[in-house]
Amino acid sequence: MSANVSVPSTARGKPGEGGDPSGSTSQAAPSEAVLSQTKPQPRRTAPLSVIVGVLSSVQNAIIPAIAAGASGFASSFGGSAIAGGLFILMMVAGTGSVFAYIRWKRLTYTIGEQDIRVESGVLSRSARSVPFERIQDVSLEQRLLPRLLGLVAVKFETGAGGADDLALAYLAEAEGERLRELVRERRDAVPGSQVGSQANGQGSLSSEASAPAQRAQPAETLFTMGPRRLFTFGLFEFSLAVFAVLGGLVQYLDWFFDIEIWDFDFWRDLAEEQGGWLFELGAYGQTLSAIAGLITVFVIGSATGLARTFSREWGFALERTARGFRRRRGLFTRTDVVMPVHRVQGLILATGFVRYRFGWHGLRFVSLAQDAGSASHVVAPFAQLEELDPIVRAAGFALPDADAEWHRATLAYRNVSLVIDAVIFAVIALIAGIATYINAPGVTPWVVGGILAFAGINAIANVLSWRFKRHALENDQIVAVSGILAPVTRIATRVKLHSVEIAQGPFARKFGYATLHLGMAGGEYAIRGLDVERAHAVRKAVLETIAATDFSQLENAYESQPSA
Amino acid sequence: METLTASSHPGPQAQTAPAQATDHDDASLNRLDPAYKTSLRIGATLTAIPFIIGAVIGEQILHGAGEGAFPLPFGVLIGLVVFLALVFIIRLPGRRWQARGYNMSADRLRVVRGILWRSDTVVPFGRVQHIDVDQGPIERALDIATLTLHTAGNHNASVHLPGLKHETARQMREDIRQRIKRDSL
Repeated sequence: MSANVSVPSTARGKPGEGGDPSGSTSQAAPSEAVLSQTKPQPRRTAPLSVIVGVLSSVQNAIIPAIAAGASGFASSFGGSAIAGGLFILMMVAGTGSVFAYIRWKRLTYTIGEQDIRVESGVLSRSARSVPFERIQDVSLEQRLLPRLLGLVAVKFETGAGGADDLALAYLAEAEGERLRELVRERRDAVPGSQVGSQANGQGSLSSEASAPAQRAQPAETLFTMGPRRLFTFGLFEFSLAVFAVLGGLVQYLDWFFDIEIWDFDFWRDLAEEQGGWLFELGAYGQTLSAIAGLITVFVIGSATGLARTFSREWGFALERTARGFRRRRGLFTRTDVVMPVHRVQGLILATGFVRYRFGWHGLRFVSLAQDAGSASHVVAPFAQLEELDPIVRAAGFALPDADAEWHRATLAYRNVSLVIDAVIFAVIALIAGIATYINAPGVTPWVVGGILAFAGINAIANVLSWRFKRHALENDQIVAVSGILAPVTRIATRVKLHSVEIAQGPFARKFGYATLHLGMAGGEYAIRGLDVERAHAVRKAVLETIAATDFSQLENAYESQPSA
Repeated sequence: METLTASSHPGPQAQTAPAQATDHDDASLNRLDPAYKTSLRIGATLTAIPFIIGAVIGEQILHGAGEGAFPLPFGVLIGLVVFLALVFIIRLPGRRWQARGYNMSADRLRVVRGILWRSDTVVPFGRVQHIDVDQGPIERALDIATLTLHTAGNHNASVHLPGLKHETARQMREDIRQRIKRDSL
């Protein structure tokens, strides 16, 4: 879909202007209002989105314009270059506004009985129709600029994946919200889809509840993060990305100024110039300045982490609504994503090696939907296990019990991995040894010793990670845990798997182990180094579960699944 | 379900189904049509021709530089390439055919393949999104086809079963289709 487009005059707060009949309809009864319309009218997106289009094209032009101006400033013919920069800016803004206006003018959308249709295109027109029952999610996204103007981008996810999905940018906030409600109601009203979408709830309330009744049911807040939590989270998100950005910026400026950042002489001269006073400080002073440098790096890294965390996670709220999980977050770019429970294919419980010591974990849902380019939805980025438990249960999963029947990879698998790694390291050490012996015999022991030490550390890590790598087959799910310092737990629903493969390489066949690949929608799931007997047993059990439920019945699989 | 069982194609290689020793599942595997070997051989021959031509030209260039410009005698490079080609044309198709097998039961299809890296995949019909029966030009000449099952999983998004008689492949497709329909009704 083209990026910038926009909404009808049905926007909240200006009922007087524009002739759209549903414009002044109250929010309480959106569906009746639309149903009563005899013929659905094509509408436009919000007129204000033209402004967003213009501003973002200016935004794109601003850096080249500044650069052009700055390069002129640095060189001899200053005035004309600055004028040139301004001219570029004006040109871009001008063409940007014209195109933004034409695009807005030429894009209309129609909410029909069965589908939503979007017609767009300036020269070549395209008309796309998406049936309501195929719309999986409606998510709302507000970047900073649209947010200031009270606009929202509405995305209709069909599972076709990223770029192919339908998006309307931008609608007024109220219109976006109304459209979301409407799509949900229409989707459930379409015959045939009724069973699936209503019965996917928590079981007990789903059978008797109709759509309006479900909507009336209050949302249950599962997880929120306040400023204090965000502060702690931000400290763990320590990041030195700012230095990479600075490096990139310097390289960018390099184009326009006479700094040769790849020129060794430049840096040597700079170091000699600056280093003079450092040498005069003596050992004590040098140590102090090194410590000061480390502290600076630490402070900048923490500040970066805090800033990024606050801007991304501000106002984080996860709710369990009748429709599924609803997540809102973001300081500048505010997103509002809803994911139906039945679309959760699996869970990933991950952590970091420092935060793990303090009991912090992050939880993601694996699904086919896209969440800002990533295939899994972050539902709780930073929480204690007891906070995650209700979320996991709401998604129809369970954190593994303490008395779960854990299985490890075979010893043969560990030993073969050790030998293969040792051989690889030996070959590297040999090549490095020969190469250094020819060129610089002095460093040979250090290089080879270093590689062998690394090989030793790797071997110890392998042995340890084997001890921590385990899986368990439970009644409804499969759990796999791996990692020593920062363990990752992956949980998959047995019934939602699509295929099971047992793969064996030559060593695996010789020593009787195998890799089990489970076909999971939206993610990879592989358990390595299982005993062959165990792999076949797991496959058999999983296949029994899969075969018992057809794909078309998956949405209400929780009902039909006999639970533990 | 009609099958291409080992008994229907007696031969020196067809005595036991592949991987019988590590086969823990109940049913034994069916072999592919022997024409699959022929199709692999034709494919390998076609792939080998450019390499052999390249080797001949390369050797001409290396030796054309002058007497003793290239340390090895004329024909070594060509010989190596031809040898590899013969391995791929004569030896490997038979072994690959032998390593492959499939079994279709009431609710799932099992596909086994691989000489060194073996893989044993089971797709339950309840998870099949759509089914393809494909024939390339060589396959059409030999009257065989490739059956492909598509699933929604990321791993094994499409499971291929080549080397079926065309009629068998179509019959299997119909069987699977009907079972999907019956399951969901």
